[in-house]
Amino acid sequence: MTVNSNKLSAKDYATDLDVRWCPGCGDYSILKQVQTVLADEGVVKEDVVFVSGIGCSSRFPYYMDTYGIHSIHGRAPAIVSGMKIANPDLSIWMITGDGDALSIGGNHLIHLLRRNFDINVLLFNNEIYGLTKGQYSPTSPKGKVTKSTPMGSIDHPFNPLALCMGADATYIARTMDRDPKHMREILNSANGHKGTSMVEIYQNCNVFNDGAFEDFTDKKRKAETTLYLENGKPLVFGENQNKGIKLDGFKPIVVDLDSTSVDELWIHDESDKIKATILIGFFSDPSDLDFLPRPFGVFYQKDRFIYEEALINQVAEVTKRKGKGDLDSLLAGSNAWTI
Amino acid sequence: MNKTLEQKKEVTILFAGDSGDGIQLTGNQFSDTTALFGNDVRTFPDFPAEIRAPQGTVAGVSGFQLQFGSSDLYSPGDKADVLVVMNSAALKANLHNLKSSGIVIANSAGFDKKNLKLSGYGDENPLHTISEKEFRIHEIDITKLTRTALVDSGLGTKEVDRSKNMFVLGFLYWMYNRSLATTESFIKSKFKTKKHLIDANIKVLKAGYHFGDTSETFTSRYDVKPADLPKGNYRSIMGNQATALGLVAASQKSGLELLYASYPITPASDILHELAKHKNFGVKTFQAEDEIAAACAAVGASFAGNLAITASSGPGIALKGETIGLSVILELPLVIINVQRGGPSTGLPTKTEQSDLLQALYGRNGEAQTVVIAAKSPSDCFDKAYQACKIAVEHMTPVMLLTDGYMANGSEPWAFPKSADLPEIINHKTDKINSDKGYLPYLRDENLVRSWAVPGTKDLQHRVGGLEKDFLTGNVSYDPDNHEKMVKVRAAKIAKISDFIAEIELEAGTIDADVLVLGWGSTFGAIKTAVKDLSEEGYKVAHAHLTFINPMPRNLGAMLKSFKKVLIPELNDAQMVHVIRSKYLIDAIPFNKIKGLPFSIEEIKAKILETLPS
Repeated sequence: MTVNSNKLSAKDYATDLDVRWCPGCGDYSILKQVQTVLADEGVVKEDVVFVSGIGCSSRFPYYMDTYGIHSIHGRAPAIVSGMKIANPDLSIWMITGDGDALSIGGNHLIHLLRRNFDINVLLFNNEIYGLTKGQYSPTSPKGKVTKSTPMGSIDHPFNPLALCMGADATYIARTMDRDPKHMREILNSANGHKGTSMVEIYQNCNVFNDGAFEDFTDKKRKAETTLYLENGKPLVFGENQNKGIKLDGFKPIVVDLDSTSVDELWIHDESDKIKATILIGFFSDPSDLDFLPRPFGVFYQKDRFIYEEALINQVAEVTKRKGKGDLDSLLAGSNAWTI
Repeated sequence: MNKTLEQKKEVTILFAGDSGDGIQLTGNQFSDTTALFGNDVRTFPDFPAEIRAPQGTVAGVSGFQLQFGSSDLYSPGDKADVLVVMNSAALKANLHNLKSSGIVIANSAGFDKKNLKLSGYGDENPLHTISEKEFRIHEIDITKLTRTALVDSGLGTKEVDRSKNMFVLGFLYWMYNRSLATTESFIKSKFKTKKHLIDANIKVLKAGYHFGDTSETFTSRYDVKPADLPKGNYRSIMGNQATALGLVAASQKSGLELLYASYPITPASDILHELAKHKNFGVKTFQAEDEIAAACAAVGASFAGNLAITASSGPGIALKGETIGLSVILELPLVIINVQRGGPSTGLPTKTEQSDLLQALYGRNGEAQTVVIAAKSPSDCFDKAYQACKIAVEHMTPVMLLTDGYMANGSEPWAFPKSADLPEIINHKTDKINSDKGYLPYLRDENLVRSWAVPGTKDLQHRVGGLEKDFLTGNVSYDPDNHEKMVKVRAAKIAKISDFIAEIELEAGTIDADVLVLGWGSTFGAIKTAVKDLSEEGYKVAHAHLTFINPMPRNLGAMLKSFKKVLIPELNDAQMVHVIRSKYLIDAIPFNKIKGLPFSIEEIKAKILETLPS
């Protein structure tokens, strides 16, 4: 990936095609932020590839004036893997949704994460199947009434980031469509991470699942229901930043800062896997008695070797040891004879 | 003592034993040695799907048949002249494959009470009841002789017993007057630094050889002179290995880096194993999490400009179907190799069949044609793998290469080419804007082939996808006329490839023959030999063999129509017959075998004779 010296603007990364998401869809906001981030970082357009599967979010590549593949359902992780092996210099962005990544493509996703290709994954989670017009998804809450679950869903939903942690992801973050500034920060940070960067984006489907994340976006409530993570900073939230999270052993508890000193609070450390796992477990509903605010930001980040580099190193190592392959001697093998 | 030397034109040997007895290794070593001596050789390994099936049982028997001779051979032989059995189960499973008055060489230690019971012979030792008129039985206590040879080796009984296949090999080298050198150097390279194992195995190999020399039981040795093969440089090669080398050669000649993505499956995995050894050719192998991922990784690599290959066997190809469809609509080069095995479903993983032909032609949703080509023998896998890559890259299309378990595991001498003599492979990569409207990814040349702009190329950014696309821009299009046009143009692009492939010619016989035997794939050897034999007997029979199944050679229809009768032998339930009938309205006669086994020459001959006018 090279950086452009002639600074481009966000608009330069847009194609001239009409964007065909429903008016009011959260995807618009994500598209804009992605274009902005590429412009901010001056990424050269021809070095960028957007790859998606199937679903509303997967139309994304058509709107980016970069290279792109709108592929088949769930398979984008496998496509980007092969692409990255073929050309490790590309900046590859994988666009997926909750159905695409976690249902039909679940297997590919976990293997992408454990192999740790240097790829940015944006998982648009709207907790519904939009393109097929409103069936419940693997992230829909239990009891969700949809076209395919008229009596309410009986599926237990995934906590997507817990799944990613289980697959040994090296970068795990969450942001939301309604907070463009935060999204931009996270996208910048994800793009900077060497390895598979998993960014879950809460995205509102205003047609089939409007308000799915209202608990975390409603202006009146969000201060109490969300927790913004900053590396090295204490976990503080609340209307007047008057609440904090403290660890009692491995148990997180909410404390009032009027009676507890900030010094006693949990300090966020992106490199701490155990704490990240606990944080990812903050997944309860505001109506639950043991509710903990939903975290946004970077949960976990770790440097680990990336697959494509390891592969290239092996090729280089063998070539150094055996010399560059000679086709004629390969064809002749070691037991040839002449007639 | 004096031993007589008997001349033989060709000999078929069948090695059989428990799947842990090293039968495959023994067979391969004998083949390599005798090929190096100058014989023509064809082999047919036949083993159970289980890695170590229950010892001593008929189900656990592993076999390796080979035919070698002093003239051209095309098949591993029908019935064996010599049957080598390591235990009673091996005899039970294979005695029917021995010619009458053939030789049985039996490890008598494998005929003890326990083995006889496990193999179902009961109390009676068949070696003592088989009529000497029918077969010539030689009992050797191979286990005991091996143990005696290694009594001072310091090895444990298990390790000692494991080398008894070397005794067999040594003995057969004596019987056919072959040098031990090839196997000695194989042993050295296999055990590398483990000198005690090298010494032990070579000692047993020699013990077997000397046993033949000194034992009074054996009075005859056999002489099979080198074959009069065409001049050239030869090596012995197995089908899967030839496929792998064909891919490496195509990568080197095209200048495109090779990405091979696959998921382990029998009998295709050996292609992956072979390629993984050749990283110094810039070969990148990727063992994906599943069949679908393997195909998708290949598509991703192809989009990024690599020579991308995926391979599997029937059930794996079924899983790749949707991705192959994607590569059809994207119009990206992709080679898909199907090493066919018995189906449906898991079927017969280690047995051969040709029953994925219709899957290759039609096994995708929508109008989704790919090129389909079939190799006909182990060494032909090299040519066809090379050709598959060439067509995929030159015509921007997926190409399905059909091989099968029979040729994949079989071996033969191969007159390998010089790399300089391999045909050029020209790709369609571009760095130029091709119209005044900007870069049009689906603008086609005179052969209906689009250009290949890979990521990283300035100003050629474009998006492709599985949705139907506009004829020029590649943008999503739901226009009814455009869809029909695109379906037709993708099909026409494939059809046009027939201009680039050779016309089909008769392998044998003439145009006025009473019957044409039309084959495809690994039935080649049996058909070729059957037609040759019958022609020598004065029958008017012709043989043609199809490599290109889609598109078919442009003269095929005319050729078929010039014969009164067309017989199509296939290892399936008449799939090619179905294709030929519907394409050319010819009432081709099916001849089918669906037993997981190749045709014997006799079977084909009998059917031809039945077809001929009386």
